[in-house]
Amino acid sequence: MLVPLGYVVSVVVDVGWGTLEPLIFRPRVGELLVNTVLLVVLGVPATVLLGVGGAWLVERTTLPGRRFWAVVLVAPLAIPAFVASYGWASAVPSIHGLSGGLLVSVLAYYPLVYLPAMAAIRGLDPALEESARSLGLGSWAVFGRVVLPQLRLAILGGGLIVALHLLAEYGAFAFIRFDTFTTAIVVQYQSTFAGPAAGALGVVLSALCLTLLVGEAAARGRARYARVGSGAARPAVPQRLGASTPLVLLALTALGVAAVAVPLASVVRWLARGDGWAQPELWPAFGQTVVLACGGALAAVLVALPLAWLTSRHPGPLARLLEGTSYVAASLPAIIVALALVTVTLRVLPGLYQTAFTVVLAYVMIFLPRALVPLRSGIAQAPVALEEMARSLGHPPLLARLRVTLPLLVPSIAAGAALVALGAANELTATLLLAPNGTRTLATQFWSQASAIDYPAAAPYGLLLILLSVPAVAMMFAQSRKWGAR
Amino acid sequence: MTRRRSMTAFAAGLAAAALGLTACSDNSDEDPVASASDDTLVVYNAQHEQLTQEWADAFTEETGIEVVLRNGGDAELGNQLVQEGDESRADVFLTENSPAISLVENAGLLAPVDQATLDQVPEQYRPATGDWTGIAARSTVFVYNPDELTEAELPASIMDLADPAWKGRWGAAPGGADFQAIISAMLELEGADATGQWLEAMKDNATAYQNNIATMKAVNAGEVPGGVIYHYYWFRDQDGTQENSGNTELHYFRNQDPGAFVSVSGGGVLASSANQDEAQQFLAFVTGETGQEILGTGYSMEYPVASGVAANPALPTLDSLQAPAVDPSTLNSVEVTDLMTDAGLL
Repeated sequence: MLVPLGYVVSVVVDVGWGTLEPLIFRPRVGELLVNTVLLVVLGVPATVLLGVGGAWLVERTTLPGRRFWAVVLVAPLAIPAFVASYGWASAVPSIHGLSGGLLVSVLAYYPLVYLPAMAAIRGLDPALEESARSLGLGSWAVFGRVVLPQLRLAILGGGLIVALHLLAEYGAFAFIRFDTFTTAIVVQYQSTFAGPAAGALGVVLSALCLTLLVGEAAARGRARYARVGSGAARPAVPQRLGASTPLVLLALTALGVAAVAVPLASVVRWLARGDGWAQPELWPAFGQTVVLACGGALAAVLVALPLAWLTSRHPGPLARLLEGTSYVAASLPAIIVALALVTVTLRVLPGLYQTAFTVVLAYVMIFLPRALVPLRSGIAQAPVALEEMARSLGHPPLLARLRVTLPLLVPSIAAGAALVALGAANELTATLLLAPNGTRTLATQFWSQASAIDYPAAAPYGLLLILLSVPAVAMMFAQSRKWGAR
Repeated sequence: MTRRRSMTAFAAGLAAAALGLTACSDNSDEDPVASASDDTLVVYNAQHEQLTQEWADAFTEETGIEVVLRNGGDAELGNQLVQEGDESRADVFLTENSPAISLVENAGLLAPVDQATLDQVPEQYRPATGDWTGIAARSTVFVYNPDELTEAELPASIMDLADPAWKGRWGAAPGGADFQAIISAMLELEGADATGQWLEAMKDNATAYQNNIATMKAVNAGEVPGGVIYHYYWFRDQDGTQENSGNTELHYFRNQDPGAFVSVSGGGVLASSANQDEAQQFLAFVTGETGQEILGTGYSMEYPVASGVAANPALPTLDSLQAPAVDPSTLNSVEVTDLMTDAGLL
């Protein structure tokens, strides 16, 4: 897990500051910095606004058709950002630059705030809001002073994930001529391979990511959000929208059209135009995607199991360190992980260079937290008493774990594996750099066709990527709804 | 009700995940190359995938030798071969432009090409060293939108595009090896200072697109009046739907201008290849009549350079382009990317 971080450090050490300095302090890097910072500073608040606003509307207001909207709002998560970007670019060819980048990425990523916000809102105790009202606060004041502070963790966590996605995104931005550090690193890699120029940009990008991590941790602070007792379980009184109902419906419709209908309509339109389904590479690419994604999911679960076990059953400095490392490593963009693995395998383990093993390893590094989070809560919920009982009946500890606890973890394992597989199936950047000779995945094939402006040929790959994403997104959605209802 | 429904959805999601997992076999480390038998030919292909696939299929049909492609860009694969050194699994390297294959040649990684193969290719389309050979050629062109530019306004030389008058009025794909090859010719013909200044002007004047097709599409849509690309993108689109070139015309710089540069695509055999004979056979095939016919009659629209095969009649003949005389082996890709990095284009 330390390989990507080690790579960044080794770039600085190996290449030497003398070579690196002019590569870092040059106008081009300034441009990229402005673009990237603006993207985060404008994009993250926009996703928070949409995510929290949407969650509040479907959970706590008299909005007509709330259940329908709840699903519509999460739907963009099933459309990979680079597919959405292709959809927009083919519908509005002039789309480009910061405004285009913001449009595409905010629409693609706001569900990452919407889901945790929804879970948090469902878990709120209405009693707090009622007390505030009885003290004379109006609706807006209650929302601002009572509700929002309780959503802080969800907003910060979701916002951080969105920010990291914005820094790591390649395909969606390259497609509409918006340059960020990640797109510039890919261009440098294509022109000069994993040389000092790509490394220098990588150092800056990694520094940005780590800054975000530290910033989020600082903002989270040490405030307590828990409370004693579970409160009275009862639904909150929904906020009446009254006269503003049509306006809200109009806004939600616009959002649904922009985030879901436009990309889908583009894909369908191009599908109807060509015989994209007849491409001989299509189904082999589908097969290789499934194999690589499942390999990644399996490996991630195998790595996550002992780690999650350690953190839940034997918490301590070692467990915390390991867990922290895996989160930090996973927060680095895929392009950094890929550059690191290219460099390390070429120099140290040439036998592993551009093999499926390395691709799977990259997926584990990038998506490990997705397996870790459900497993941790699963292990925490599996009663130790059952294991102890089995041992009192003569089972050795390991067997007790396998026979008693492991079956209890099946849902968590499946959930984690599904989320990793979803990420891996849509992964473009690292796969482009690391895939074995002759390997094509749906994402890389989509990319090569869409880059060649062969929109009809790209469409079936786009559709398959969307369809593959639906089950995992449905699961995340169900999970978020369940969470709050506890 | 809500809970029941979300539980159902959750269960459905889980079932799907479990199905997905059980569908996963244990062959997660299936590597098409490793699993391919050792006498499969591995081609590191920077040429257009469709063209090389056509070559590979025809070659397999003729010889029974299986071919696997690793597709990538010129510079990406060239640099990769240099990094891989003798460890590389590559047998053959095909490029779109010569600088990438010169890079591999200068690293001492190429085996001499069979004399019989070289004899199929006229001298101006291959390096004197004989360590690789030209397999195709492409011409630099200026694609423009007649609604935005009159013929009188067209640049006489590619060097004119550095003029402030061209600010915001032309596009290109500086991140691609195609454009970088044109710059390597400029570097050879005009020198480093002039090229560096031209690139700095380009940073101010030009719009950067992802590749040649995106550049042409933007010119076609009127987003930018003109663009520097290679000829065959335009001819392919004209031959097909005309969707991305219908509103555009081509302007040739001619007069031995750097902008009249004809770029030679290279093919070479890796010295570390365990399949020397088959690899040499492949090059002989590509530069032979059958291979060159695919260029002359197929969708590719690139210029054939060997075995006396004529180009597609839609193209102006190679001799009529008045290209500058540049020895392909002198084109330096490293200095070009350094200059472009200095100019802030990369």
